[in-house]
Amino acid sequence: MSRVALVTGGNRGIGLACARALADAGHRVAITYRSAPPEGVPADWLCVACDVTDTAQVDAAFSTIEAELGPVEILVSNAGVTADMLVLRMGEDAFGSVIDANLVGGFRVAKRAVAKMMRARFGRIIFLGSVVGSTGQAGQANYAASKAGLVGLARSLAREFASRSITVNVVAPGPVATEMFAAVSDDTRAAIEGAVPLGRLAEPEEVAAAVAFLASDAAGYITGAVVPVDGGLGMGAT
Amino acid sequence: MSDDPFERFKKCAVELLNVQPDQVTKEARFGDDLDADSLDLVELVMALEEEFDVTVDESELEGIETVGQAFDLINAKL
Repeated sequence: MSRVALVTGGNRGIGLACARALADAGHRVAITYRSAPPEGVPADWLCVACDVTDTAQVDAAFSTIEAELGPVEILVSNAGVTADMLVLRMGEDAFGSVIDANLVGGFRVAKRAVAKMMRARFGRIIFLGSVVGSTGQAGQANYAASKAGLVGLARSLAREFASRSITVNVVAPGPVATEMFAAVSDDTRAAIEGAVPLGRLAEPEEVAAAVAFLASDAAGYITGAVVPVDGGLGMGAT
Repeated sequence: MSDDPFERFKKCAVELLNVQPDQVTKEARFGDDLDADSLDLVELVMALEEEFDVTVDESELEGIETVGQAFDLINAKL
């Protein structure tokens, strides 16, 4: 069944792969981007500028999508930022701004989407979490806290809206070969690959496949789950 | 549209709770008589806030069980 799917931060990386996978599944796709509109995406995608830290922009983006495509039935909350540094060097603003984008941003888009999903008695919400939300990661206290927070948010939403057939899940990737990762030095990359049981980074499409499945009608009995796509890196941590 | 506040209230309730107009009496209980759950009530309150251009605080909803109680809460703000 073709549905309206929104991927925040769908202009690149994991978000772009999710948007492609949802389009391949026959859904009508909208994406939001903050800095740069994506190039080379299919002409029938609706691309909307939106900073998820701004409630008014979130509302405006949803209104545009509703007018052009209809109410959002599948929400992939993917937009996120990093500001890595050791805690001793991490100012409160660097902690708070990552929480605001990754966790409160997820809350903003989910809250805006869920009212319409309630009326439709159908919805799929998928948050992009991270393996570091459960394992922790030196240098990523802010990021890890935001991703751990998404699990509590997702499970609370799952309970609140279960009676309306809205499912809410988290996909928790490990290291993924995206632009975000290209900046990492070869030594660090080798160390990370060595730590992953499967011995390599994930391709964005491998994360997107799990997202597309959770968005499908076939996944209607899965809610409140955290699905790891991490090559085995997080085994035992959740 | 009718200007009578209760008629406007009733219209919102009929639309959101999917009930018949004659079911929406002031004595009707949301849970037992109108089969509304907590999410339905939140939706109704949000619709009423928009319809009457009022704001209802969460704490004011404590103990509201009947249509009459909810209407009085809104009507007192008009």
